[in-house]
Amino acid sequence: MTEFVRLDDVALRYGGPEGTLALQGTSMSIEKGQFAAVVGPSGCGKSSLMKLVTGLNPVSEGSVSVAGEKVSGPLKIVGMAFQNPTLLPWRPLLSNVMLPLEIVEPHRGRLRSHIAEYTARARNLLRTVGLEDFEDKHPWMLSGGMQQRANLCRSLIHEPELLMLDEPFGALDAFTREELWGVLQSIWMTRQFTTILVTHDLREAAYLADVIFVMSARPGKVIATHKVDLPRPRTIETTFDPKFIEIVHAIRNEIAQIRNESKVQAEKNLKVA
Amino acid sequence: MNASSQRRLELVMPWLVIAGILIVWQLAVMLFGIRPFVLPSPVAIFGALIQYHDPILQHASFTLMNTMIGFACGILFGVTLGVVIGSSRLIYVGLYPVLIGFNSIPKVAVVPILVLWLGIGQPTAIATAFLLSFFPIAVNVATGLATVEPELEDVLRSLGATKRDLLFKVGLPRAMPYFFASLKVSITLAFIGAVIAETIASNDGIGYLMLQASSQFRIPLMFAGVFVIALMGIATFLVFAYIEKRMTGWATRGRNLQAAGGG
Ligand SMILES: Nc1ncnc2c1ncn2[C@@H]1O[C@H](COP(=O)(O)OP(=O)(O)OP(=O)(O)O)[C@@H](O)[C@H]1O
Ligand SMILES: [Mg+2]
Repeated sequence: MTEFVRLDDVALRYGGPEGTLALQGTSMSIEKGQFAAVVGPSGCGKSSLMKLVTGLNPVSEGSVSVAGEKVSGPLKIVGMAFQNPTLLPWRPLLSNVMLPLEIVEPHRGRLRSHIAEYTARARNLLRTVGLEDFEDKHPWMLSGGMQQRANLCRSLIHEPELLMLDEPFGALDAFTREELWGVLQSIWMTRQFTTILVTHDLREAAYLADVIFVMSARPGKVIATHKVDLPRPRTIETTFDPKFIEIVHAIRNEIAQIRNESKVQAEKNLKVA
Repeated sequence: MNASSQRRLELVMPWLVIAGILIVWQLAVMLFGIRPFVLPSPVAIFGALIQYHDPILQHASFTLMNTMIGFACGILFGVTLGVVIGSSRLIYVGLYPVLIGFNSIPKVAVVPILVLWLGIGQPTAIATAFLLSFFPIAVNVATGLATVEPELEDVLRSLGATKRDLLFKVGLPRAMPYFFASLKVSITLAFIGAVIAETIASNDGIGYLMLQASSQFRIPLMFAGVFVIALMGIATFLVFAYIEKRMTGWATRGRNLQAAGGG
């Protein structure tokens, strides 16, 4: 297995030398084709981490490399999806999903002459998430779960080598969420793109990921790494497997401990003040 | 009351209000014996409209032309300015005080300066219409550009989108509802600008016609002029309201659907 994403002692400070330190001493390594999840307390810098890996923000210290090259500007091989589906309300679903093709080379130059091929690809993808009958509906005619499926399609249409997901299912109800775990897993299993998923849901992390990174409170760094050696495809049944429960428990304890420590720290600060 | 009769009532309501005002007006003039050079009755105004329809039509079309030319320039300049302000923080910060200052100048005060530069007549009327109309367009376009979700920007930038891509794929379409909403406001302002300039410095146009009528004590003709201006204002407003609805249905359709579902 070759390494695909690597962070070395990364620090990120917002707003000048006196600003908020969001990350410090963060190191991680993710193999090609691996599904990684990042969990940690709120505000510990998970979203910031995503921006560093994709090159949207520069690191303050340390280095990030993707596919063996140091990241110095926005990468172009990435697909991204956030909690907010951000579909374009003036476009029907199909052309929303095809938006990245209008931007990423080499598709951008080929789109017009190979429109049939690309449209077929987009329809195919919509079919895998069960949206084939909605391709000419506008986003506001769809439920939140459907919009999020379309968002997933949009992040995958240009067949990125790296998929970045920041709490993509955070706003969905439990049933829809579990259903989309299955959808995402099956797409990932057929394509094997490297994936980094930020989530608050430990069961989601354990269901989807090969490896889970647990981050400390701000300034965030990786304090534990868990391998999830459960067979694929995982199902909802898997979540009742003792091994699964054990992993979720272990991570939950770690995060509870982090929160306790920061509470104690806050009380100390209060006393000093 | 069911939904369809409610809608019908909504359609006729403006006409009922206008008719009501005219009737009360007519009655008041008749009952209190208000003399025509103070406030002419609607019937007298209508008479003036018929009697002078030739010069009124001629002057009105002149005003309409000035308004439209000024407004067209206002759109071009307003959109350009809006895009520039909306896409560069630095330019926004730099221009902000200047724009606020400019907007707080009463434009009537500028007309004499324009006369100095452009002379009496059409160019001044067009320039005034332009000056009044571009500002709301620029502000609205800039606001529309600023409402692009940062997440969406991240998604597109991580695909290698340039600033230009962001502007054309997301920024401008997103700004369209704001732009069309501003057109309704701006066309009205352009009218005001044209008429003001004609009143101060022109030998043509509705503004000039009214000034003439006033100096000759033809009060019903003055009011006929006011009536024609209001009519043109409403007509152009409706045209742009219609265009807005056609072009940016996606921005309101979701809301309409919800409203229909609720009723
Ligand atoms: N653009 C910014 N400017 C200044 N500070 C920022 C900015 N973005 C994030 N921060 C700060 O950096 C820290 C980490 O933010 P980040 O959004 O990465 O957290 P997170 O782990 O994603 O939180 P959550 O789980 O709530 O989404 C926070 O304390 C936040 O206040
Ligand atoms: Mg976050």
